Amino acid sequence: MMKEGEGTKPLLFFKKGVLTLNNIILEMKSITKEFPGVKALDNVNFKVEKGEIHSLVGENGAGKSTLMKILSGVHPYGTYRGDILFEGENCMFQEINQSEAKGIVIIHQELALIPELSVAENVFLGNERAKKGIINWEETTIETDKLINKVGMRVNSSELVQHIGVGQQQLVEIAKALSKQVKLLILDEPTAALNEAESENLLQLLQEFKKNGLTSILISHKLKEVIKVSDHVTVLRDGQTIETLTKGEDLEEDRIIRSMVGRSLSNLYPSRQPKIGDVLLEVKDWTVDHPQIPGKKIANKINFYVKKGEVLGLAGLMGAGRTELMMSIFGQSYGKFQSGKVMKDGKEINVSTVDKAIENGLAYVSENRKEYGLVLDDTIRENVTLANLKEVADGLTINQRKEVSVVEDYREKLRIKAPSIEQKVINLSGGNQQKVVLGKWMFTDPDVLILDEPTRGIDVGAKNEIYKIINRLAESGKSIIVISSELPELLGTCDRIYTLNNGKITADFAVDDANQEKLMTYMTDDRSEAK
Amino acid sequence: MKEFKELISQNIRKFGMIIALVGIVLIFQILTSGILLTPLNITNIIMQNSYIIILAIGMVLVIITGEIDLSVGSVAAFIGAIAGTLMIRWNMPVIPSIIISLLVGALIGAWQGYWVAYVRVPAFIVTLAGMLLFRGLTMVVLSGRTLAPFPREFRFMSSSYMPDFFNGETYNITAIIIGILAIVLFVFNEFRLRKARKKFHQKGLSGPLFLTKVIVISVIIALFTERLAVYAGIPYILLILIALIAGYTFFMQKTIPGRHVYAVGGNEKAAQLSGVKSRKIKFWVYVNMGVLAALAGLIFAGRLNAATPQAGNLFELDAIAAAVIGGASLTGGIGTAIGAVIGALIMGVLNNGMSLLGVGIDWQQAIKGLVLLGAVTFDIINKKRNA
Repeated sequence: MMKEGEGTKPLLFFKKGVLTLNNIILEMKSITKEFPGVKALDNVNFKVEKGEIHSLVGENGAGKSTLMKILSGVHPYGTYRGDILFEGENCMFQEINQSEAKGIVIIHQELALIPELSVAENVFLGNERAKKGIINWEETTIETDKLINKVGMRVNSSELVQHIGVGQQQLVEIAKALSKQVKLLILDEPTAALNEAESENLLQLLQEFKKNGLTSILISHKLKEVIKVSDHVTVLRDGQTIETLTKGEDLEEDRIIRSMVGRSLSNLYPSRQPKIGDVLLEVKDWTVDHPQIPGKKIANKINFYVKKGEVLGLAGLMGAGRTELMMSIFGQSYGKFQSGKVMKDGKEINVSTVDKAIENGLAYVSENRKEYGLVLDDTIRENVTLANLKEVADGLTINQRKEVSVVEDYREKLRIKAPSIEQKVINLSGGNQQKVVLGKWMFTDPDVLILDEPTRGIDVGAKNEIYKIINRLAESGKSIIVISSELPELLGTCDRIYTLNNGKITADFAVDDANQEKLMTYMTDDRSEAK
Repeated sequence: MKEFKELISQNIRKFGMIIALVGIVLIFQILTSGILLTPLNITNIIMQNSYIIILAIGMVLVIITGEIDLSVGSVAAFIGAIAGTLMIRWNMPVIPSIIISLLVGALIGAWQGYWVAYVRVPAFIVTLAGMLLFRGLTMVVLSGRTLAPFPREFRFMSSSYMPDFFNGETYNITAIIIGILAIVLFVFNEFRLRKARKKFHQKGLSGPLFLTKVIVISVIIALFTERLAVYAGIPYILLILIALIAGYTFFMQKTIPGRHVYAVGGNEKAAQLSGVKSRKIKFWVYVNMGVLAALAGLIFAGRLNAATPQAGNLFELDAIAAAVIGGASLTGGIGTAIGAVIGALIMGVLNNGMSLLGVGIDWQQAIKGLVLLGAVTFDIINKKRNA
């Protein structure tokens, strides 16, 4: 078993004699990867120099994570086309172990730590310090302490991972990577869940590693930090490499954004003539506690309204409480209800359970369609009618004729691409799955349709179709509430946008007064007394 | 031919178990030199497996919701003991005794359903506790002894045959008439469904394949009826089974609660967010299982003509195996009543065939274990290939 160096040597990560010509450590050539119904990557080329920090940016669904999954062997050789050259060697990884053996380590957005195990156990999980199968705990502890120091952690190696914060957990992942003789470290959205100080700390760490010769690939949505630390930035869009920018030459935020978006917004977002009526739904003094942490409020005296025919946007960073707020209104599906009321047409309505909320004309399309939206093993037909079976039944007996004609109707209207409505939804592409969920909720004939990240993980064409459906619904007089992390999406589809931070509404913009900067300012507004 | 191949590959799950059943029947028919399909033996297979079939129907519902029930064997024994106490010790009339027994089954189901659905104790633990609890209570009720015999009318349900109203000589004419009626109903229903499908432009079988299917199944029903008619006619228990299969198939395919059962098992969170009351569904599925376990217990006690402390031993495993061999997925959301019945028949024919061949109970157990493992492995490999 290889041992980590003595810990005092400066060039810890630098292995002699592996310098390749023109200093390229990684080259991915003409990578193409298809999923059923979607071309995720189309002839992508990607080059990384040794010892640099190379960022990979692009919108959701641009193919960043897919590219990194191919590099690390999550998508094995043979499921994609193209070549991977690492340190000049052609690599055909079948599984993660093989890429890790070469020194390529990926840290996923969702951390892969075992909460019930200690820091030390996690760091050496799958790579245990052992002789003849018996773990040497002394060595494990000593090595872990060294790594902990190296990444600047302030916890004991025997602490359980579930007891330390997200920022520290991220560092545990990095320590784990370092224990594996890492040469190329890939971080997928490492700062998404971190606060500013923690993010700063992490980025500094990356720069320190760089001085020691470690190469990093950083995937991030936060362009400011990308520009700050990167030597090169490669932009992906719709599964294609657009360009690679170089620090000191052409690396600027505007340029990145232009490459990322790369199309005029008016094309993507279909236009609509707003016909806005009276206030339909009004939420008053809505207060909900966190389900586990007593006293922590996920919604704190929230007041908002939406009018008939209006598309309302809800902007906020991860953890601001957008999803939680909407789920708590939709049948108290999240958190512990404290106080507040929901009025529709000026009358208070009962939303204490999901079926009452549905009965009162609410519908909620979850951000996580696979977990909360669809029964994957069931057919399109069964999924579309699930929330409103009464409508296609005579008493308790389902009327197959009615059901089939209803679902066929939605398949046509929403242009769900499938050979038949008897197709299992697990076999559909993301965009078509999203249309099935939309169909399910449209069939409940709601007055207020809440869409949580309606275009997450679906390709551009399908996005455009979803926007058209939103417009049609609004034009027919329904109220639509859109939650989205993509500000251009909110600006392109909504009439009015609320910003949310820390369980409070911080601002209310008419869309003509809003732009990304303004929204961002209020999304990060931490004033305790907001308007 | 191409359509036929496609049909097989798309429905391998459904066809797989039917092919397995037919294959096993043929193998044992040859190995036993024709004893397996004698009229007497066919009747025996049905009677001997009736209680497992009933348990399997209840179990498939439990498994579809993503749960499990390990207690059904003990519950069946406990109900047998209750029925014995009511009828043999206290001389209560048969019909009220049966009703009370079924109600006790429902209560037991409600007890387990409460812990599983509302307190969210894992079903494995709740029903493992139930398995011990009701086995223990059975012994308490029976004081460790066997109660026998039951009144004649009670045994009627589990071991009598429909009388022949026409006094046929070699054949039981009532059985033949019922068989013919069944075929007519089946053919009529198939054509009605086909017409409905056409009307809504849904894809169905092509003409020749459709006719083949109708003819093959009609012939099977005819042959089966002939066998029964040569022996003693149609056992009452077969009527109960057919009613249960038809009723549960209708419930699971055509009703709102049936659809909700699948949705809860397929994705409980999504079902809840669609307004399905998942706890209520799970609770009632356990109540249903309790009633069916009680019915199985009554039939078993009737066949044995005794209430014994060891009744129903390992029934739960046979029922689970039947449901799983019949295509139910232990992760929930997938399974059918008819599949569970075919699964139970596969196990039943294996038992019966091996017994006829003189294979000892020791080897029977071992072989059944391997069949279960093989069936599930086949299913998983098939699923992966389709993914």
